[in-house]
Amino acid sequence: MTTLPPKTAKKLGLVIDLDTCVGCHACVISCKGWNTENYGAPLSDQDAYGTPSGTFLNRVHSYEVQPPEAAPAQLVHFPKSCLHCDDAPCVTVCPTGASYKRAEDGIVLVNETACIGCGLCAWACPYGAREMDAAAKVMKKCTLCVDRIYNENLPEEDRQPACVRTCPAGARHFGDLGDPDSAVSQLAAARGGFDLMPELGTAPVNKYLPPRPKDQLDHPQTAEQIDILAPYLAPVANSPKGFLGWLDKTLERL
Amino acid sequence: MHPAPSLIAFTTLSGLGFGLLAWLGLGLPSVTGVTAFVFFTIAYVLAAGGLLASALHLGHPERAWRAFSQWRSSWLSREGCASVAALLVMAAYGAALVFWGQRIAWLGWLGAALSLCTVFCTAMIYAQLKTVPRWHTPLTPALLLSLCLAGGALLAGQISLAWPLLIAAAVLQLLAWHHGDRAFARSGTTLGTATGLGARGQLRAFEPPHTGTNYLLREMAFEVGRKHATKLRGIALTLGYAMPVLLILLPGAHVTAALAVLSHIAGILASRWLFFAQAEHVVGLYYGRHTPRT
Amino acid sequence: MTHPRPHLDTSPKVSDEVRKTTCYMCACRCGINVHLKDGKVAYIEGNRDHPVNKGVLCAKGSAGIMQVNAPSRLRAPLKRTGPRGSGQFAEISWDEALELATSWLRPLRETAPEKLAFFTGRDQSQSFTGLWAQQFGTPNFAAHGGFCSVNMAAAGIYTMGGAFWEFGQPDWDHTKLFILFGVAEDHDSNPIKMGLGKIKARGARVIGVNPIRTGYNAVADDWVGITPGTDGLLILSLVHELLRAGKIDLDYLARYTNAPVLLDTDTGLFLRDADGKPLVIDRNTGLPAAFDQKSIHPDLGAIHTVDGKTHRPVFHTLAERYLDPQYAPEAVAERCGLSPNKIKRLAAEIARVAFDEAISLPIAWTDFRGERHSHMTGRPVAFHAMRGISAHANGFQTARALHMLQILLGTVETPGGFRFKPPYPKPAEAHPRPHFKTTPGQPLDGPHLGYPQGPADLCLDDNGQPARIDKAFTWDNPLSAHGLMHMVISNAHAGDPYKIDTLFLYMANMAWNSSMNTAGVMQMLTDTDASGDYVIPHIIYSDAYSSEMTAYADLILPDTTYLERHDCISLLDRPISEADAAADAIRWPVITPDRDVRGFQSVLIDLAHRLKFPAFTNADGGAKYQDYADYIVTHERKPGIGPLAGWRGDGSQTGRGAPNPEQLQRYIDNGGFFVSHIPETASYYKPWNMAYQDWAVGMGLMDQPTPYLFQLYVEPLRQFQRAAEGHGAHQPPEHLRPQIRERLDPLPIWYASADSDCAEYPVHALTQRPMAMYHSWGSQNAWLRQIHGHNPLYIPTKLWQQHGFQDGDWARVTSPHSSITVPVAHMAALNENTVWTWNAIGKRKGAWALKPDAPEATKGFLLNHLIAELLPPKGDGLRWSNSDPITGQAAWFDLRVRIERTAPPTEAHPSFPPLTSPVGTGPKDPK
Ligand SMILES: Nc1nc2c(c(=O)[nH]1)N[C@H]1C(S)=C(S)[C@@H](COP(=O)(O)OP(=O)(O)OC[C@H]3O[C@@H](n4cnc5c(=O)[nH]c(N)nc54)[C@H](O)[C@@H]3O)O[C@H]1N2
Ligand SMILES: Nc1nc2c(c(=O)[nH]1)N[C@H]1C(S)=C(S)[C@@H](COP(=O)(O)OP(=O)(O)OC[C@H]3O[C@@H](n4cnc5c(=O)[nH]c(N)nc54)[C@H](O)[C@@H]3O)O[C@H]1N2
Ligand code: SF4
Ligand code: SF4
Ligand code: SF4
Ligand code: SF4
Ligand code: SF4
Ligand SMILES: [Mo]
Repeated sequence: MTTLPPKTAKKLGLVIDLDTCVGCHACVISCKGWNTENYGAPLSDQDAYGTPSGTFLNRVHSYEVQPPEAAPAQLVHFPKSCLHCDDAPCVTVCPTGASYKRAEDGIVLVNETACIGCGLCAWACPYGAREMDAAAKVMKKCTLCVDRIYNENLPEEDRQPACVRTCPAGARHFGDLGDPDSAVSQLAAARGGFDLMPELGTAPVNKYLPPRPKDQLDHPQTAEQIDILAPYLAPVANSPKGFLGWLDKTLERL
Repeated sequence: MHPAPSLIAFTTLSGLGFGLLAWLGLGLPSVTGVTAFVFFTIAYVLAAGGLLASALHLGHPERAWRAFSQWRSSWLSREGCASVAALLVMAAYGAALVFWGQRIAWLGWLGAALSLCTVFCTAMIYAQLKTVPRWHTPLTPALLLSLCLAGGALLAGQISLAWPLLIAAAVLQLLAWHHGDRAFARSGTTLGTATGLGARGQLRAFEPPHTGTNYLLREMAFEVGRKHATKLRGIALTLGYAMPVLLILLPGAHVTAALAVLSHIAGILASRWLFFAQAEHVVGLYYGRHTPRT
Repeated sequence: MTHPRPHLDTSPKVSDEVRKTTCYMCACRCGINVHLKDGKVAYIEGNRDHPVNKGVLCAKGSAGIMQVNAPSRLRAPLKRTGPRGSGQFAEISWDEALELATSWLRPLRETAPEKLAFFTGRDQSQSFTGLWAQQFGTPNFAAHGGFCSVNMAAAGIYTMGGAFWEFGQPDWDHTKLFILFGVAEDHDSNPIKMGLGKIKARGARVIGVNPIRTGYNAVADDWVGITPGTDGLLILSLVHELLRAGKIDLDYLARYTNAPVLLDTDTGLFLRDADGKPLVIDRNTGLPAAFDQKSIHPDLGAIHTVDGKTHRPVFHTLAERYLDPQYAPEAVAERCGLSPNKIKRLAAEIARVAFDEAISLPIAWTDFRGERHSHMTGRPVAFHAMRGISAHANGFQTARALHMLQILLGTVETPGGFRFKPPYPKPAEAHPRPHFKTTPGQPLDGPHLGYPQGPADLCLDDNGQPARIDKAFTWDNPLSAHGLMHMVISNAHAGDPYKIDTLFLYMANMAWNSSMNTAGVMQMLTDTDASGDYVIPHIIYSDAYSSEMTAYADLILPDTTYLERHDCISLLDRPISEADAAADAIRWPVITPDRDVRGFQSVLIDLAHRLKFPAFTNADGGAKYQDYADYIVTHERKPGIGPLAGWRGDGSQTGRGAPNPEQLQRYIDNGGFFVSHIPETASYYKPWNMAYQDWAVGMGLMDQPTPYLFQLYVEPLRQFQRAAEGHGAHQPPEHLRPQIRERLDPLPIWYASADSDCAEYPVHALTQRPMAMYHSWGSQNAWLRQIHGHNPLYIPTKLWQQHGFQDGDWARVTSPHSSITVPVAHMAALNENTVWTWNAIGKRKGAWALKPDAPEATKGFLLNHLIAELLPPKGDGLRWSNSDPITGQAAWFDLRVRIERTAPPTEAHPSFPPLTSPVGTGPKDPK
């Protein structure tokens, strides 16, 4: 495990729909709650009632996009946790072997009892998916809820990551991205799921679904689109009197 | 990246220490007995002291032994292995010099090679990181090795080697800065690729995920003002390279040599501070750093 | 040298026990599974079986554990020791606390019950607290609706028997176009997110109308970045376009609305038959008929001439009004901050989906005129709106306009449109009217709040003076159906209409984020009269936490947290129903408090007994209810009808039935809630669908079928207008006549909301709720406050550049009332004349057990300092209130400001002296 497994049997991961995420931070907090009680050391908080700083495994950013034409600016909420990269640089840099990628499902984990807290894996991760816990002094990261997804103490339907289970908008999907027939693979294929920072060669498992095209009311693609909608507003009459005339005629026909 | 004083001191001093060890291994200067003892002590204090200090700064120093295990993939692990090997070999070699006045040349060469190897590994820890484009270049090991050799030569009193090496290191330093200042832009990683939203238009980080700070921001989103950096570069160049060259080329005694060493160390500390402080990690993009403002 | 793979337990035990109850961090009231380890809360997740959230949970809900662990929790009853506002208290026993309260309250009840003002904030037990106040005998009771969303509620009730929000919901499963007006978060928090997710998954379209594009509006496919306060104009312009194009559902209008009802041409009131039923012309006979007569077909177009007078149907007046060119897109666009083309395309898109994509469900049903329909037809355009249109001084009429738009399209209670949630629909006439008659020592003559049908229903005493301390139901704001909590403190301070003795508040942070003119309120609460006594002599307050408000109380009754008490989310009140089902729920003590606190409702029951309220006292003088749990089970509103509808009688009865001592246990066994599904044939067209009417009678939601028509034309408004025109026995004061004539129009109108044309204050300033924070109380939550620890003022690109702002800058923001200095940030997806910030992030130093250097107290700020309860003087010698002239709804979003760049101060201004914390400060590194 000093190196990455040449191939993993499954590629478990998340598909995150940027068209649907409303930026509510529910996934952030349910992750914090679950992982404070479960896998490894609790996610600690420092100066919690002063100027706080704490460990979170999942965070929601937001970005503003100004399209080139005079179209209105857009806002995209952007949740981010570990992408469980196929070619995970965080694993290979780890001097202790504490960081590893599981051959059976591709989940990237930190064995906290072996972690020396050197921080190098966090430097190697392009995505900011690793945070050193200031109390436990070990590296924390998203476990893909490995202690939920196989957990026989949970009802079958709950064997999915805490963040996925809680997401009110249904913007997070969990499954095997190694299996082209899985629901998540199909979804990613249908919606043009993409990788973050593909140029870095990390081959993330998690996929992001792009926001759908926006603001059709503002920039008609073509002139005929106006024509498509225009007939809907063709006046039946131009004056109230005319309108009442139309009304009478129409009521006759009802 | 956060310019942690411990890291700056460790890399600077251990680099010097291993540089000195390397020259000692090559028999430059060829010393024995008490003189050898003094040289080796200085080298070990710098090299091993730096290592130890950094180990003590780990979250879990009691587990530091585990760091020797992953030499097959991890440059940090390799650094650990190489450094221990170098220190052990050089200890045997030095003992022979100090106690028996014997120079076991092949052992010296091996030790020198391991010492340089250690510095190379240290450099590769940074150079391997695609996440920090400024570091991700052969210039990083080249610069660190050249500094190790130049500083080592300075400490070893090898004037004729030291000044050309210092000039070479200065050139590499300038190249590294020149390259570094463009590296992030050239890397092709932008907020656009980081979010996959680049093709949709002009992108800007809006609200951060948290209003306070966190590990990532403290560790990786350090920013230095351009003015401040330029000033420090001047200081680094003057103290780290120009002054030592001037001082050792002046006719003089140990005073100037000692001054040259001190000046060099001060300059390299400044340069090393910049090495970290100016290194932009791509994760900063997610937090709206390193993006041209509109 | 490789390590063995670490052993990993992928099936760890999750918890010792799961207890299912109801979340409290907002009015959405989701079901939660509380995981316990060693008797302590370990983890909270959503309850999958729950009708509201179906397993999902928002950030606040998931962070509930930190609400229970919060160091700001009060520990025991507190009696003030220092001056009011200092925060100095001594802990006392409950006995002492209750005796003290009783010693203040008893003499009031016996002599002048109106001298108690009991206002209960964001109360989830209003049917109970209302009963308590009624039993006390004071007319001065309301909850927070007046400063929240009464415009939305009242406009909905008067127009169609229910509003958006908790009264109904979009038909998430069928809608093809969802248009959202002025919503950042809403009460229906998780369901809206789930609904948006459903719509998105189906690839249907979402349009957001909002000056700010965040959250729901960010995921909207189209964004209409309207100028605040002008939605009414936009909507009436859409109506104009749709009418002009004939894109309205004539059949629906004729059958289910008062569009065909005949207006008396002299009075503008309905023509009625001898039984008082509004008349329509039956197309079958051409003769007038009562609207609900069997098998008639009301005629939308027919006019009725009697005695040479021509009476026309509502629809004629309506069409004439909105076809007027003043509503043409070209005429309104600039004012709305939109282009005429965009308005037209929006109208066209609505028309396209409503009429080209109409859907039809093969569900047969019978309407109230006895006609059988084989299908349910829907025009799948759904609307939803909340405070963005509600919290303006033209909000009532704007909300009315939106309801009119939906009704013209035929999308209310039809598939793909908007659907009511039981006990709604419930028209205004089916609600009580307001009551205010006090008798010392006796209960009030009826419920406080209601829906006036005309001037006779106002709460005015024999001299025409306001009977209530908040002046609700007066000529100033006749339809103030939720009261005016935001006026209580200033009126009590002014002794206008009279002085009170005791202000009793529950769950409202009135010294901070729920008040306008925050500094002024703090002043009023601490003001003394000539003899050095406080102007408001006694203040009792129940909070669970050390909020800003606690510092202003004389006596604090510390509440438990939501996991430690019984609560009831009742069909008599604001239940958790869905469009397909009636549902109610409970909370129960899933953990035991570790301190000397008591559930507030149980404390009220204790007080009720001490004060010997008839409804709380047995014939033998003993307490009728032990505590709130007992009340929930045994109280009967009417025989057989109590707070909870599930498992009544022997446990097999629903809705109606005798009290069942096992009831709470049955709720607990069922996960804390009860659901009764509406039969499929009753699922749409509820106001007119006999299957629904019968089902609702069975459930105890009403006593007999009450089909009714949607009120495009609201006759009670006309009644008020007529009074202002000089008709009738009840006459408004002269200075209010013009306002009533103009604003209380029976058909929706638009007028510029108060204050909005000042050249000196050109910028609109708004707040939005952050999804991960609940008003002031998220800040004591160690997790949530890391997400929103301070708030910048967001500034649109145009203003940003115009003022030369840079990142990290601060601005001075000035309104006609006051000025604040705050950090700014740039935002492009924002109406170009609007600035905004997150609501209620700023905190006062010393509150919430936060350290004085907490970012909430140094950089966080409130816009409330800029908003006054009174408008600036207009030069007519009067002070007009900053509220809707119809309902009294606080007009938070009418705020206008000017901004200027300023040197960064050390902290946000204004800053107030720190409070002494009665609970100390939270620990540095918890756990
Ligand atoms: N600028 C601006 N101001 C606004 C608004 C806005 O949009 N902009 N919105 C307005 C609206 S709609 C509202 S509803 C108000 C809300 O304003 P408030 O009703 O004041 O809201 P909260 O901050 O939730 O305060 C409620 C109080 O209840 C206490 N509390 C919490 N849990 C419990 C409990 O279990 N028991 C008891 N007894 N107390 C508890 C809290 O500690 C807090 O002190 O704000 C209004 N103010
Ligand atoms: N997370 C969370 N949830 C909450 C609460 C909370 O504090 N936190 N509070 C609860 C309470 S008490 C309430 S009342 C509800 C309120 O829920 P919302 O109605 O969503 O209230 P606000 O957050 O005030 O959002 C008002 C929205 O209206 C927009 N707006 C303002 N003026 C105009 C206008 O003129 N036209 C249009 N079209 N839009 C406008 C604002 O930009 C903002 O998006 O939320 C409830 N739910
Ligand atoms: S996202 Fe970062 S931490 Fe996760 S596998 Fe990829 S590189 Fe490693
Ligand atoms: S911090 Fe821990 S997991 Fe990360 S590289 Fe160091 S030892 Fe490995
Ligand atoms: S999968 Fe689990 S650990 Fe990872 S972000 Fe989601 S909740 Fe957190
Ligand atoms: S819970 Fe879902 S909608 Fe909310 S921020 Fe996370 S991914 Fe987005
Ligand atoms: S929406 Fe969130 S805070 Fe409100 S009740 Fe549901 S889980 Fe609780
Ligand atoms: Mo509210």
